[in-house]
Amino acid sequence: MTDTLLAVDGLTKTYPGVVANDNVSFSIAPGEVHALLGENGAGKSTLVKMVYGLVRPDSGRMEFAGSPYEPASPHSARASGITMVFQHFSLFEALNVAENIALGMENPPPQRKLAKRIREVGKAFGLPLSPDRLVGELSAGERQRVEIIRCLLQDPKLLIMDEPTSVLTPQEVEILFETLRRLRAEGTAILYISHKLEEIRKLCDRATVLREGRVTGICQPSAESVRSMAEMMVGSTLKTPSRRPGTPGATVLDVAALSVAPASPFGTGLKDVGLDVRSGEILGIGGVAGNGQDELLAALSGEVRVVRGALRFHGNDIGNFGPVARRRLGLLAAPEERLGHAAVPDMSLTENALLTGAVREGLVGRGFLRWNRARAFAKRIISAFDVRTPGPASAARSLSGGNLQKFVIGREILQRPACLVVNQPTWGVDAAAAAAIRQALLDLAAEGAAVIVISQDLDELVEISDRFAALNGGRLSDARQVAGLTMDEIGLMMGGAHDLAPGNAAA
Amino acid sequence: MDLSVINPAVLAASLMVAATPILLAAIGELVVEKSGVLNLGVEGMMIIGAVSGYAVSVNTGSVFLGFVGAVVGGAMLALVFGVLTQVLLSNQVASGLALTLFGLGLSALIGESYLMVRPPPVGDLSLGPLADIPGLGKMLFRHDVIVYLSLALVGGVWAFLRYSRWGLILRAVGESHDAAHALGYKVIRVRLAAIAFGGACAGLGGAYLSLIRVPQWTEGMTAGAGWIALAIVVFSSWKPVWVLVGAYLFGGVAVLQLNLQAAGVEVPVEYLSMSPYLITILVLIIMSTGRGRSALNAPADLGRPFHAPA
Repeated sequence: MTDTLLAVDGLTKTYPGVVANDNVSFSIAPGEVHALLGENGAGKSTLVKMVYGLVRPDSGRMEFAGSPYEPASPHSARASGITMVFQHFSLFEALNVAENIALGMENPPPQRKLAKRIREVGKAFGLPLSPDRLVGELSAGERQRVEIIRCLLQDPKLLIMDEPTSVLTPQEVEILFETLRRLRAEGTAILYISHKLEEIRKLCDRATVLREGRVTGICQPSAESVRSMAEMMVGSTLKTPSRRPGTPGATVLDVAALSVAPASPFGTGLKDVGLDVRSGEILGIGGVAGNGQDELLAALSGEVRVVRGALRFHGNDIGNFGPVARRRLGLLAAPEERLGHAAVPDMSLTENALLTGAVREGLVGRGFLRWNRARAFAKRIISAFDVRTPGPASAARSLSGGNLQKFVIGREILQRPACLVVNQPTWGVDAAAAAAIRQALLDLAAEGAAVIVISQDLDELVEISDRFAALNGGRLSDARQVAGLTMDEIGLMMGGAHDLAPGNAAA
Repeated sequence: MDLSVINPAVLAASLMVAATPILLAAIGELVVEKSGVLNLGVEGMMIIGAVSGYAVSVNTGSVFLGFVGAVVGGAMLALVFGVLTQVLLSNQVASGLALTLFGLGLSALIGESYLMVRPPPVGDLSLGPLADIPGLGKMLFRHDVIVYLSLALVGGVWAFLRYSRWGLILRAVGESHDAAHALGYKVIRVRLAAIAFGGACAGLGGAYLSLIRVPQWTEGMTAGAGWIALAIVVFSSWKPVWVLVGAYLFGGVAVLQLNLQAAGVEVPVEYLSMSPYLITILVLIIMSTGRGRSALNAPADLGRPFHAPA
């Protein structure tokens, strides 16, 4: 055993009903990139929150740089030299870059000096940033730069990164890895959380695998295959979705010159979007979050009405149809946000089934609800999609993310859509449930439906879609056949490549 | 009808006096809302300030102690709201409305024995030669100390929010309590402090009504001033300088309609007295139709409950 920077010994944290971490131990050496691997709910986030002082462990010890370490708050963690880049950025959209950085520092210098240091550090690491810009105007990659520079300004000994690449384009990921490798060379240790295994293979020296709150293995990622690590995470063997080959039929949905105003002050409106999708085909739409995905889904589902002629369904103009009229025709949609958009959190699964299934499943008659039919429909969804829940009377809120997502997608698929639009169908869903959802979408297309999958998970899009298009700044690229498309080309389609190159890339 | 009896200098001077209670309450509410809390109980805190300031100064004979009492009274009532909404996580809108009703009732109870009493008089601040400038002196430099204090408070709040670290933290908490919590800031404590400050300002504004502007205690004497203060915060799109503009605009209309009544304008009195409120409603409608700017400026987490993850 050489020197150790952080040693975690027997950490346990229990929440009512769940053991988030059970006797977890691992250690990190200076200058090591250490991965924490595990599915959602495996306890990775709780573990790093304890290291960062946000959550107090019930029992166990930590040692940092040779002395006992018991952070009472993030302030004391930062004072010891531990900083963190959050999964969902801990940024304030209405404040500017310098103010955001000052908020994450213990003793920030006055704004003018800070602005100068932001420029200096940005230049040194090839992460250019203007201190005066509002964070709300920045792209996801630039926002992450703000977080990273905030950490770098404090000369950290240990940098924690919680799923840093989930919102980045492939090119942005390369820039991030370049930065992390430089930090490693300077002796900074990095604790890297991700479930993207290919990245971990490329970047990390060692990996600790967590499953259901316990350490189930330690491995050297470069010596493992993606499949073997995935199976360590899941604890069983994985099925890959199978695709039935078929030829696409007639055009079902045709979108031309679609423009939509942004949904929120910092949102992105759609500009002149055109696409078409044929029966039996899956059209994948990629792009970094916040480039118009929500607006596209709202325009297709009918939440936002659009100008006449922009949307044609089987050749008929449906631009001014609301969601109910579109559902009646067979154009169904499942939005990204499960709780609060796709499902009402405090209503039962029966009620939630009723909310979108009323028209096509005949769950309403003469203005009255047909409870028996609604309950039967909810039960059908639960059994067909293996939703783990006590029954259709459970509140939507009580389901885990993966189970609720299976319910939401299943609810639409069982209504036999002619065209289904889904946004982020497997976001925050564990690997087994994600595989089931992808398989269901593939089966739906094989039965002759047209499917549009909007997602930020490129691997998912490549796996299931026939054609691929990318949203960037509210514009949609031309769709291209997925077969033969390389990751580099996809990255270029997602755009932004021009403003992502490191400042010193030419040097 | 004789409009020549309206003297612009007197009008300006009384405008400042009429606007001061609203200005005080509004600048306090601005700080509260900047921290992400919507306290609809401004009216209740104002009237509690009015009655407690009145009672204290009648009993002690000191106007200064009266204002101190009003500040304490307003802040204490605000903290009731703070504990309810921040610690016990009750609904902010309902709690705020309840606070107004509770304040109106409690003040009537406390004020019962002070109905026909006169408070000690308040002298105007002597600003020496400035007060003798013709016209301008009468308009600007012959007021009581609270008028100047309210102006200083607007400047102070502006500088605090813009330049100080604590002001930055307060804005951060109002923008995203989750992010602020993740960075280790005490969201609930910051909000409680802001709520108490808002209550203190509202209380001061209420006492200005009962001790200087009227000066007398009558039941329900705030007469909607708290609601106007709330409207002005939205009108200002959460900017201190615009709170000043909004309060003086409203004060101007309120004073002008009195002058027009005195000048015998042939419009029923009721229309004139409702004009300030009508204008407030109009301004709010105009503000909310131009969705962009005011929506952009509202603190993103305004009115959202914060539940700290364990």
